[in-house]
This record gives sequence, structure tokens and C-alpha cells, in this order.
Amino acid sequence: MFGKLSLDSIPYHEPIIMVTATVIGIVGALVVGLITYYRKWGYLWRDWITSIDHKKIGIMYFLVALVMLVRGFADAIMMRTQQAIAAGGAEGYLPPHHYDQIFTAHGVIMIFFVAMPMVIGLMNLVVPLQIGARDVAFPFMNNVSFWLFAAGVILVNISLVVGEFAKTGWLAYAPLSELQYSPDVGVDYWIWSLQISGIGTTLTGINFFVTILKMRTKGMTLFRMPIFTWTALCTNVLIILSFPILTATIALLTLDRYLGMHFFTNDMGGSQMMYVNLIWAWGHPEVYILILPAFGVFSEVISTFTKKRLFGYKTMVWATVAITFLSFIVWLHHFFTMGAGANVNAFFGITTMIIAIPTGVKIFNWLFTMYRGRLEFTTPVLWTIGFIITFTLGGMTGVMLAVPGANFVLHNSLFVIAHFHNVIIGGVVFGMLAGFTYWFPKAFGFTLSEKWGKRSFWCWLVGFYMAFMPLYALSFFGAMRRMQSYEQTEWQPLMIVAWVGAVIIALGIACIVIQLVVSIRDREKNRDVTGDPWDARTLEWSTSSPPPNYNFAHLPEVHSIDSYWEMKQQPGGFKRELSTHFEDVHMPKNTNEGPILGLFSLIFGFALVWHIWWLVAVGAIGMFVTFMVRIHNDDVDYHIPAAEVEKTEREYHKRLEMQA
Amino acid sequence: MATDTLTNHDAHAHDGHEHHDAGAMKVFGFWIYLMSDLVIFGSLFATFGVLGTATAGGPTSQEIFELPFVLVETFLLLVSSFTFGLAVLAQNAGDRGAVLKWLAVTFLLGFGFVAMEVYEFHHLIAQGHGPDRSAFLSAFFTLVGTHGLHVTFGLIWIATMFIQISRRGLDSVTKPRMLCLSLFWHFLDIVWICVFSFVYLFGAM
Repeated sequence: MFGKLSLDSIPYHEPIIMVTATVIGIVGALVVGLITYYRKWGYLWRDWITSIDHKKIGIMYFLVALVMLVRGFADAIMMRTQQAIAAGGAEGYLPPHHYDQIFTAHGVIMIFFVAMPMVIGLMNLVVPLQIGARDVAFPFMNNVSFWLFAAGVILVNISLVVGEFAKTGWLAYAPLSELQYSPDVGVDYWIWSLQISGIGTTLTGINFFVTILKMRTKGMTLFRMPIFTWTALCTNVLIILSFPILTATIALLTLDRYLGMHFFTNDMGGSQMMYVNLIWAWGHPEVYILILPAFGVFSEVISTFTKKRLFGYKTMVWATVAITFLSFIVWLHHFFTMGAGANVNAFFGITTMIIAIPTGVKIFNWLFTMYRGRLEFTTPVLWTIGFIITFTLGGMTGVMLAVPGANFVLHNSLFVIAHFHNVIIGGVVFGMLAGFTYWFPKAFGFTLSEKWGKRSFWCWLVGFYMAFMPLYALSFFGAMRRMQSYEQTEWQPLMIVAWVGAVIIALGIACIVIQLVVSIRDREKNRDVTGDPWDARTLEWSTSSPPPNYNFAHLPEVHSIDSYWEMKQQPGGFKRELSTHFEDVHMPKNTNEGPILGLFSLIFGFALVWHIWWLVAVGAIGMFVTFMVRIHNDDVDYHIPAAEVEKTEREYHKRLEMQA
Repeated sequence: MATDTLTNHDAHAHDGHEHHDAGAMKVFGFWIYLMSDLVIFGSLFATFGVLGTATAGGPTSQEIFELPFVLVETFLLLVSSFTFGLAVLAQNAGDRGAVLKWLAVTFLLGFGFVAMEVYEFHHLIAQGHGPDRSAFLSAFFTLVGTHGLHVTFGLIWIATMFIQISRRGLDSVTKPRMLCLSLFWHFLDIVWICVFSFVYLFGAM
């Protein structure tokens, strides 16, 4: 009846998990209770869950990402604590089977359920506004993408309490992830949470690619697009071309585990090297999917706060395009030691080092933009400067790893861990938090507290260096990654320093939470009525904050790069004049089918994990029927009457005048 | 080309430059989806390329492929692509009856293809040459089966379009969907030609 699922699947004997589950349960019950008490369920369903508004979907992505950041960080600090204790024969407090789940969950969560939704969330919020569009190309699909992603998030969190998560490392290398070595449900949770959310990501990629190519406002040629939109375009190209490889790879592993096939098994002709190649053919482009939009954020931030046009716009675009291309021909540097031969390793070593060139171009572009600019040291600028220094360091250790000879020594050591945290924290996390601070007022109409933003930055920066620089040093003494315990007591002092670093990062996360609370409390004081709090340069700042659901009453016309800045520079300046003539605005309607589809996909995934075949059928049929209902539904759009648009715009102008 | 057809026929851009042609955008988006689907097939072809000789003491491709059978299958699918083309021509001419007729013919041909493939798979499994026998057979069943699964989805889609067009005729909703389905169907044809050449022909030689 319930497949492999029984009451024994819940780890009662693990106090850490039980306490966590209880806390989550209490907080969850509290949230549900509050929503019920304030009768907000209808509001949530109408205005958020079923929303096809790209701005709201973006906010939901980012919110989930912040929550998951806390979950992923809890894993991180548990690992650091374990390694700070478990030296010289001490076993620490985490047994290996639990420790292995934690490092797997940490990687999976941080990449798929923190970094990805931050990137996709910012793209959702910003890209349509930057190109002067009213929505994305396929608004319904956008909602579906979000709920497929959410289903993946929920599945990964269910694994905490019901059953277990994979013990294989975040990429579930075969044959370790095969049935023979991982007979439990952990890998199945890994498979289905990534498969479901990955399909959502592919749909997002298609959606935004079409949006950017087809929905730009009048006059916005490709080479007038803001850099963030350019990086988003390249990221979507990468998503479209690489996520299907992940889908296929996971599907093959699934067939091995569920139907006894032999793609990656030890026997019957299976090839483990095939798995490693396939997973990294997706995995390497994936890191550029994450970092390119961060580059875009820094470009916007730097040119806004230096009040200068970005130095070398075109080289920035071409550098981005070059990285997009190169990211597909470097994947083998993740496994130089596999033994592909000297010539193959040399080829991939060289292509990897070549990536440093366009990246260097970008670094110099940012530096030259700042040069002789009037730089304001706001929180986003601090993140940017912190990024430039930290990322350059991380890039250099990356080039070191790209030397195949050195790689044979450094492979699988803490050097690798230090390197990719150096670029992912220093690059992606700093970038996303810069973007969060920068565009928050656009989404909500008030700015975030600078004081707490800066505190958060300093905690993250100092914490990062304290947590990861010791790991570089330890790697030279021979410390490997994924150690549950180690013999060498002389490593322990540096491990403790790293632990202190992690605690400081925890303070940085706490500062973000405080920043949100304080800013929401003082929202009237920090209110931005103009819609342009930073005196910025691109179109998203030309409309009100938060923008009306139709974004622009009249679609803007663009004549140059940084078009909004140009408008403001014209004689007499840019005036937000009230137009006399309004037209009906054509908009898509909210959808019930999106969240329902997501719910059935969650049921489908959960049932497959536990081999509950009748429930698999329920999930599959549910998804199919929901989809059929959707395509037979004609009532998918509506027109906002001109009168209503006029009313909204008049109210905005009244607020503007009151402020003036 | 498909996009051009659509823009010519769908002149419903009633409020000037502020309105994007939703139909043309759908078709473009579908092209992009097909390209990403192609990457899935590319991964499966690569896997087959690597594992195609890993027979683990089981049967080799020469021993199990029956080319005449597969040739009939191939022709069913190729002809179905042609009849789908006729359905699209009928749509451009605005002839609903003919669209439905050619859709039905395409469905039957596609169904014949899937039925033959199921028979082939059943036959192989009954002989003990199932996908769990060797890496080669895993890769073979998965590549060919993924294509077959796509064709099956195509059949469901054809049936859905048949119902929709007979209920509501050819309008701004059904026409772009027909064009997407047409792209999908021809796409599967092209993938099959690769399957036939690289898997069956090379395998049988």
C-alpha cells in the first residue's frame, strides 16, 4: 500500500533531526495559524500563489531562497563544528552516515534552492522592467516554473524527516549512487527533487529567452539592452542548452535504479566515466548560469553609483558572450585525474585558463568605470568592491586548479572547497545580495536599512575570509574534502578558525534578517515615492515603485544605452508628466492550474521516491488532467480598462506632487 | 517559415505597437523548446555512442536488429510527416474538414509506428534481450524508447487538437497550436532519421 514507506522511515533516534523537525513544525504551525487568524488565505491564493505577475513570482523565488539559505547554512555550520571537534581520534557529534547526508544536502540546497532561485528571482523582477515590457512571454508557464521549483524544495525538505537524503555528495557520482551502494531512498530524493525543479528551470530559460528577444520595447536594440538583461540572456541560453543534459543524466540514473538498467553500474558494461562526463557537461555551464547574472548586477550597481556610463559596454557584452561559449568546453577540468590522457587534459586546461581573459576584461571594465567616478559607498557598492577583490582571488586559485599537473595534487582536497566557495560566495552570493539591496525598493517602494546592510556585508566579508582561507592552507598539509574526522591534531587550530569564520557569516545572515525587520518597521520613513531612489540609469527606474501590475502605462521608447539616464539629461530634465490619453492594457489572468500542477508534481515525486505506485498514477494523471483543463480554458487574459489605468497613474502623480 | 505563415494570417494586433503577436511568440518559444529537447536526444545519442559496443556477453546489434521491420516503421513515420504537412496546408486554406481528415490519417500512421515499436520491444524482452541485459541494450531501449514516448505524446496531442478543432474551428488559439504540433511532429521525424541511421543502419552493418 505505501511502498517502502513505513513508520520506521522517520528517524526518531536522531535527536538533531527530531529537534529540527519540531522547531520547523512549531514555526510552520505558527505561520499557518497567523495566516488563518488574520484571514489571509484568500489574499495569499489570489495575490501570490496563483499570480502570473513576474514581479511577484520574482519576490516569491527570492523569499524561498532566503529561507533555504538558512537551511543550507545550518548544514554548513554543523559541518564546520564537526570538523572543529573531530580531530585525533575524536568522533565529534555527527556519525558518518549523518555527516555525509549533511554535506550532500548543503551542496544541493545552496546551488539549486538558494543560488538558482536568487538568480531566477532577480531575473523575474528586473528583466521585463528593464526591457520595457508588461510581462514575460509565457506568464502561465512562469507560474508553473515556480511551482515545479517549489515542489523540488518541499521534496528536499521532506527528506529531512521522512527517510533520509543522499550520502553521495551533491552530484551523486555513480556508481556510489547506484542501487548496489545506495539502496536507501536518499538518492531517490535527490533524483526527484532535482528532476522536477530542473524542468521548471528549463521552462524559465525558454521563457526569458523569448521574452528578451521578442518583447523589448520600441528602440531597444540588442546593443542598447542593460547589461543585467544581457547577462540574463546569456544565462538563459546556458539554461536551455545545459539543463536538458541534467534531465537526461538524472533520467539515466533513474533507469538504472528503478528498472535495473546498466548505464553507470560496475557490471554489464556500464560506464561510470560516462556519468561524470554527462553531469559536468551540465555542471560547468551551471556555474556560469549563476555567476553571469551576478556580473550583470555589479555592472548596474557600479555605473549607477559612480554616475557614469559603464566603461566598455561592448567589451562587457562580448566578454559575457565569450564566457557563455567557453563554458561548454571546459567541463573535463573537474576530473583531470580520471585519466583521459595528457593531450585531453592539456586541451581542457588551456580552455579553462582562457576563461580568465574575458573575466579579466570584466574586472577592468568595473575598475575603469569607478576610476574618476563619484563613487557612493552604499551597501550594493560595498558588495561590489568586496566581490572584485574576493572573486579575483578565487579566480586565481581557479587558474591554479586548471593546471592539470597541480590538479593531480589538489584534486578532492580542501583547496577545491576553498576555491569554489571563494567564487560562489564572493561572486554569486555577494552579487545576489547586492541585487537584493539595489532592487528591493523597486519591488516594495521603500529602501532597505543601510546600517544593517553594511553590517551584514562586513560580517560576510570577514567571515568568508576567516572560514575559507584556513582551508587553502590546510589543503597544502593534505586535508581532503568531506572528512567526517581526521587524525592530525595539528590541523585542529585552523579548523577552529574556520568555525569562527562560519559563526561570523551567521551574524551576517542575522543582519540580513534584522535589516528586513528594521526596514519594514521604518518603511514610511524610507518610502521612495519617485520610483528612482538611486538616480539610476535603466528603464525599471522610470516607473513607480512598486510598479503597477501593467508596469508601464505607455511603453517607453528607447534611443540609447542607459536610456532612462539620457531622458533625465535632456534639457529641462525628465518629468513624470501625466499623460492625457490612456489605452486599455491587455494582461494575462491569474492561474489556478500552476500551483495545482506543482502540487501533483510533488505527489508524483514523493510517490516515486517511496515506490508507492498507485500514488504515482494519481500524481501523473493529476498533472495531465490539470494541463488539459488549462489548454481548454479560454479565459486566460483580460483588459485593464483605460479608466482604471488612468486612476492608478493619477494616484501615483498625486503622491509625487505631495512629496515635491 | 511557420512563423511567417502565422503572422500573415493572424492580423489581430489591434492596439498598435503595444501588443505583441502572441501566436508568433508561441511558435518561436516552441522552436526554442525543441532545441532544448534536441539536447536531451543529443545526450542519449552520445550515451549510445559510448555504450553501443558494451554488450557484456549479451547480444550485439547485428544479432537483434531486423532492418526490413524497422524500414516499414520508418516509412510509416515519414509518410505521417507528409500527411501532417497536408493538414497544415489545409489549415492555411481554412478548410477545417480537410485538417481533421489529415490529422486522423497522421494519427493512424503514428499509432502504427508506436505499435510496431512496442512489438519490437516486447519481442526483444521476451527473448531475454531486455534493457537490463547489458549497457548496450539499456542505451538502445532508452534512446529509441524516448523517441517512442515523444511520438506517443504527439499522438495524445493530435487527438487533443482533433477535439479542439472540431469543437471550435481554426482560430487564434488552435492555429498556433497546430503549427507547434507540426514542428514537433517533423522534429520527431528528423530525430528518427538519426535513430534509423546511427542506431539501426550502423548497428546492423
